Amino acid sequence: MKGRGPFLMALAGPIFSRLVKAALTLLAIVILNFCLIHMAPGDPAAVMAGEAGAADEKFIADLRERFGLDQPFHIQLFNYVGGVLQGDLGYSYRQQAPVAELILDRLPATLLLTLTAFGVSLTLGIIFGVMASARVGKTTDSLITGVALLFYATPLFWVALMAVLLFSVKLGWLPGFGYSTVGGEETGIWYALDVAQHLVLPALTLGLFFMAIYLRMTRASMLEVASMDFVKTARAKGLSARVIRRRHILRNALLPVVTLAGLQAGQLVGGAVLTETVFAWPGIGRLMFESLAARDYPTLLGVFLVSAAMVIAFNIITDIVYRIIDPRIGAPA
Amino acid sequence: MRMLLAASTAALMLAAPLTAQADGRIDIVVQPEPPSLMLGIVQNGPTQLVAGDIYESLLRYDTDLNPQPSLAESWEISDDGLTYTFKLREGVLWHDGEPFTSADVAFTADVFLRETHPRLRVSLNYVDSIETPDDHTVVFKLKEPFGPFIGVFETGTMPMIPKHIYEGTDFANNPANNTPIGTGPFKFNEWEKGSYIHLVKNEDYYLDGKPALDEVFYRVIPDAASRAVAFETGEVDVLPGGSVEQFDIPRLAAMDGVCTTGKGWEYFAPHSWLWVNNRSGPTANEKFRQAIMYAMDREFARDVVWNGFGNIATGPVSSMTKFYTDDVIDYSYDPEKAKELLEEAGYDGETIRLLPLPYGETWTRWAEAVRQNLTDVGINVETVATDVAGWNQKVSDRDYDLAFTYLYQFGDPALGVARTYLSTNDVDGSPWNNVQGYQNVPLDDKWAAAASAVGDEARQAIYTEIQQEVVEDAPVAWLLELEFPTIYRCNVKDLVTTAIGINDGLRDAYIED
Repeated sequence: MKGRGPFLMALAGPIFSRLVKAALTLLAIVILNFCLIHMAPGDPAAVMAGEAGAADEKFIADLRERFGLDQPFHIQLFNYVGGVLQGDLGYSYRQQAPVAELILDRLPATLLLTLTAFGVSLTLGIIFGVMASARVGKTTDSLITGVALLFYATPLFWVALMAVLLFSVKLGWLPGFGYSTVGGEETGIWYALDVAQHLVLPALTLGLFFMAIYLRMTRASMLEVASMDFVKTARAKGLSARVIRRRHILRNALLPVVTLAGLQAGQLVGGAVLTETVFAWPGIGRLMFESLAARDYPTLLGVFLVSAAMVIAFNIITDIVYRIIDPRIGAPA
Repeated sequence: MRMLLAASTAALMLAAPLTAQADGRIDIVVQPEPPSLMLGIVQNGPTQLVAGDIYESLLRYDTDLNPQPSLAESWEISDDGLTYTFKLREGVLWHDGEPFTSADVAFTADVFLRETHPRLRVSLNYVDSIETPDDHTVVFKLKEPFGPFIGVFETGTMPMIPKHIYEGTDFANNPANNTPIGTGPFKFNEWEKGSYIHLVKNEDYYLDGKPALDEVFYRVIPDAASRAVAFETGEVDVLPGGSVEQFDIPRLAAMDGVCTTGKGWEYFAPHSWLWVNNRSGPTANEKFRQAIMYAMDREFARDVVWNGFGNIATGPVSSMTKFYTDDVIDYSYDPEKAKELLEEAGYDGETIRLLPLPYGETWTRWAEAVRQNLTDVGINVETVATDVAGWNQKVSDRDYDLAFTYLYQFGDPALGVARTYLSTNDVDGSPWNNVQGYQNVPLDDKWAAAASAVGDEARQAIYTEIQQEVVEDAPVAWLLELEFPTIYRCNVKDLVTTAIGINDGLRDAYIED
C-alpha cells in the first residue's frame, strides 16, 4: 500500500473546503427555494379550502393561522431557516406529520429504484459503448446505437405504459404497480424477492433511458482517445488490442462518462417523478409533485433540500472518483 | 402499437371474465391520496371515501333522499318544525371500546364541528340548543324552522366524533387524527403513504353479520391510465366515480363480469357551470351571459366529452335535488340567437379569459369544446392554464372572466345552491361562494323564505319562482349535471345502496361466490 497514505492526505484538504462551500451553497438554496415557492400563486389554505368544496372566511383564516401563513414573510423565512439550521425540517400540517419523517419514509423506495436504474444504465451503457466503439461502422455498432437512440427519443411515460401493458397485462409476467404485493404476508427473502419483482419494470424503464446517454458518451469518448499518440505507442510496444482497450483507452475515456454520471446521480432523488407516477412507486418524486400541487411548503422545501444535498454529495464523490481514475487531477503542479 | 396492445388486452380479458376474489377482501382505488382520514377536519372527496367506513352519522339517505336509520334508530320532527328528537341505537361502541352516547352527539355538533366544519356551520346557525335528556336521546331545538335540517345528518356533513378523545384538545393538531376512531363497520389499521390504506372489519359492529367483508384496501395509483390498467388486471375491484378518465369508461364497462352504476350521487348531485364574471368586462352584461348559454352545444359536450354520461343542467338546481323545476327559460343550443344577443350587448371583440378546471384530460377537452363554441359565435377566447392551487387563487381573487367549476348540492337548495347566488355571499377570498358577483338583493329574501317555510309544498312554490328568475338573469352559465359512474366487478353486491354511494362505507357490501 505504498503511497496510499499521502494520497488520502491530499484528498482531505480539498474535501474539507468543498464541505464548507457545500454548506453555504445549501443555505443559499434553502433561502432561494423558500422565496420561489412563496411566489407561486395559491397557498395551502386555498388548496384545502378548494378541496373541501365549501369554505367561509373563518375556515380559511383558521387554516392560515395553523400553517403559520398569517405571519409576515420575513418571519416565516426566519423561522424556517432557523429550524433547518437546527436540523428541523418542519412539520407538514397538511399531512399531519414531521417533514423529516415523511421524507425518510419515501427515500428508501426512491433510492432503491434510482440506484438500481443508475447501476443498470451505467454498466450496460459502458459495456455496449465499448462494444460499439470496437466495431465502429459495422452492423453491431449501428444496431446498438440505433436501439439506444430509440430508447432515448421515446417519451419515458409511453415506454412505461407499454411495458405495463405488455409484461403485466398481456403476458402477466411481472407486477405493473406498486412497491410490493399489497396485503402480502411474505417476510425476509421472500419479501425481498417480491420487491425485486416489482422493481424490474420501473428500474428498466428508467434505466434504459439513461443507458442510451452513457452508451453514446462512452462510444464517442473511446473513439477520440483511440486516435491519440499514447495508444499508438502502446500498440507499437506490442500490447494486445484487448489490453490496450481496457487499460489505456477505457480508463482515459471514462472521465467524461464519470462527469456525466456524477451530474445525473445528483438528480436521482427528484428525477424519477414520471416513472414513480406511472408505476405507483411510493417514492420521493411523487411526494414532491403532490406537495407542489397542494402547496405543502414545508414538505416541498424538505424534498428540495434533500435533493440539493444529494447533488452536492455526488459532486464531491465525483471529484474523488476523478482523482482515483486519473491521479494527475488535483496533484500539485 | 398501442392500439394493437389495447385490442389484444381486451381479447385476453374477454376470454376470462374477472371476478373479485371471494376471500373477503376488496381493493378500491382512492384518488388522489387523502391528506388525512379525520373526516371532522378534512371534508374532501378522497377523505370521505375512506373515512365513510370508519365514521358514521345519525342518518343515511336512500337514493330518493329519504332519511334512513344509522346511529339514530328513530326520529321525530315537531309540527312547528323547531324540535328534532333522535333516539340513538343502544350498544354502539367506539373502535376503542368506549360506548357511544348522546354526549358524543352534543359534543360533535355543538363543539367540534362548529369549530372545524364550514359547511355545517351554516346549518348550525339555526340551532338554538342541543339537549341530551338521557344517554340515548338527543334533541335539537332550532331558532326558526329550517326545512333542510333533516338532511344534514349525513356522514360527511356530521360525522360523529368521540368526545372522550377530543374534548379539551387542539382538534386540528391532535395526534389522534392519525389513528381515526369511529363507530363504523371498519377500523383503521395501517396507512402506507403513497401505496395504500388498510381497513379491517370491526368485529364488534352493532349489526349482526355485518360487515360481510374482512378487509378493505384503498389503493393509491396516481396515474389515470395506470388506474384503468389496474382494474383490467384485477389488481383493484372497484373504481369509484371519477377515478378514471371519462373516455376510458366504455372500454372498461364492456369487459366481461364488469358492472357500472350511476347511482350513489343523488345527495351530492354534482352540478357544473362556468363562473361568469358579473362584476366587470363584457360578461357584466346580462345579454352577453345569455349569449354564452345559447352558444354552448351542451348535448355535444355530454355525448362526446363525457361519453353520454350526465344531463343538461337547466338552471341552478339539479334535477336530482329537491324542489327542482324545469319550468324555466330553455337555453337550447342556438348560435344564431347567441350572435343576435352579442350584437344587442354591443360586444366589441374584447378577449375573454377562460379558466379550465385542472382536473385531468376530460376537463381539458371540455374547455376546448366550449372555447370552439364561443369562437363560432364571434367571442374571442383565451384559455388560461393553471394548476389546482393557481385555479383556487384566481377564482378566489375573481381574476377571471369565465371559469369551469362544479359543486355538490347536498340534497337541498338551501344547503348547496343558495350559497352561490346570495348577494351577501359576494365576498372575495373563497372559491365556493358567490364567485361571479351576482347582486340580486331582493332575491336574498326569497332564498331565506324558502329555507324556513314549513312544508314541502310551500318551499317548492318559492323555489320555483327563484329558479325562474335566476335562470333569466343567467349569473353563471350552467353546463351539465355530471354523472360519475362507479365501475366494479359484478360479483361485488350491495356496493351502492344510498344517496352517497361508496362514501357511506361498505357496511352492506359482500362478494358473491
